[in-house]
Amino acid sequence: MNMSLKKSHHMGRWILTAIAVSWFMILILVPVGGLLQKLMTQPFAEIYRSLQTATAARAFLLTAKVTFLAVAINMVMGILMAKVIVTQKFRGKLFIEGLIDLPFAISPVVVGFMLVILFGPYGWLGGLLESVGVKVIYATPGIVIATVFVTLPFVAKEVIPVYQQAGLQSEEAAQVLGASQWQAFWWVTLPTIKWGVIYGVTLALARSLGEFGAVLVVSGSIINQTETATLFIHQQFTDFNYTSAYTASLLIAAIAFIILIGIEWLAKSKKET
Amino acid sequence: MDRRPPGALLQRSLMFIYLGLFILLPIAAITMASLEEGVTTLWNSISSAQALSALRLTLVTAFIMMIINVIMGTLTAYILVRYPFPGKKIMNALIDLPFAVPTVVTGIMLVILYGPTSTLGSILSGFDLEVVFAKPGIILALLFVTYPFVIRSVQPVLMEMTADTEDAARTMGASNLRVFVTVTLPALLPSILTGAALSFSRAVGEFGSIVVVAGNIPFKSQVAAVYIYGELESNNPQGAMGLSVVLLIISFVVLIFLNLLQRQKWLTGGQS
Repeated sequence: MNMSLKKSHHMGRWILTAIAVSWFMILILVPVGGLLQKLMTQPFAEIYRSLQTATAARAFLLTAKVTFLAVAINMVMGILMAKVIVTQKFRGKLFIEGLIDLPFAISPVVVGFMLVILFGPYGWLGGLLESVGVKVIYATPGIVIATVFVTLPFVAKEVIPVYQQAGLQSEEAAQVLGASQWQAFWWVTLPTIKWGVIYGVTLALARSLGEFGAVLVVSGSIINQTETATLFIHQQFTDFNYTSAYTASLLIAAIAFIILIGIEWLAKSKKET
Repeated sequence: MDRRPPGALLQRSLMFIYLGLFILLPIAAITMASLEEGVTTLWNSISSAQALSALRLTLVTAFIMMIINVIMGTLTAYILVRYPFPGKKIMNALIDLPFAVPTVVTGIMLVILYGPTSTLGSILSGFDLEVVFAKPGIILALLFVTYPFVIRSVQPVLMEMTADTEDAARTMGASNLRVFVTVTLPALLPSILTGAALSFSRAVGEFGSIVVVAGNIPFKSQVAAVYIYGELESNNPQGAMGLSVVLLIISFVVLIFLNLLQRQKWLTGGQS
């Protein structure tokens, strides 16, 4: 009786595992495999040539620039916001934490639309900036601002719990021992929150490499000027240039994937040792 | 000792300026702009038949996705934490794969797989099941982009929860299903709801994957975000305003819900 009960238990385990694993394969792995297979049927020379165009190079370069700027800004501001949230008491803290979360909840298209309203020629800031010669919408600054918006929460969200867990005692102790506030933060706190920062930066990187909706609305997608990698992919796909669309798709997804999974793996092995 | 160093105020002010400039100001700008032409104009842009149809499609597909995600996400988190099986480590590492894939690429992958010229697509169309440019394609795209949310929300809670309580209930004669429903599930509920809310809010605003896989067919495959984009493309920001405001309100509601959930979780965690 006990044996059969155990057996049925094992059977149940096996079935549940099979369902979850098959679901994962059908939903996630098969589409990725489909893209890979599509590319493998193309002659290699054509794949290589498809990304050799100046347009493709410019698009990837623009994405690299925008990603670097947006992630750098959000790394600094994310650490600062986490520091303020964890170490300071002030009124309206819950509201501020909600504000930090907000970009995750807003549709990328709405993000783009809001920025067009604000920074467009008739917007509150757009007119002002245009009068000093800075064009935001349909230009690179708009793409950077849109990317900053959609990646704003990542670093702060990852650092806050790590910071809270690390506690403030060691930072305060360092200050009692004569370290300046800056020194205490740099030498004592930063090493303890390091992995939170790295993981947040990684997620922000992946998101900004792949951002499409918000960038599409603010950029106007002007070829060779405001076309990022994802806009390039979309353009090529709608123009039936499938080889370059697929190649660029795989390239950008592979970069993001290697960064994301690589860092996660590194963090895990660091924590275990 | 001075408990409030001068740097603190500067840092806090910097944070306020940053959040004010990047988040509050754009929201204030769209709020003002939406009311500029009067509430009636705003209401008209929401209540046009096409906008309402897009909104309905968005909510229905997001809801179906959420139900599937709650079931499959909880199951996946459960087997990843509780059951050993070959390839588990790799699968666990690949759960976040959808976060690395740009949304446009997700759409393209689904078109390759289910499009009318693909093998699978032609088989499915033989059964009269249209995936691309139709509802199933939207739901598949949403399931792909939101795949990690419920799993990554439930997993850590399940890991912290030892199997002891479950085992105790089992030795007392409760069936596996009964143990799961009466012991495990209640403990997981806040994290399941968190994952569900996150995936729902992501799905309601999703654009890139859907515009590729479902296109922009009014009354059929046009979701809210695609409708907004279409209005902006055709130079009609007033028409885009209505659904933008509705999506923003949905975002706020979901955030408030998540916030309440967080505090609830903290409360019950404190009591036990």
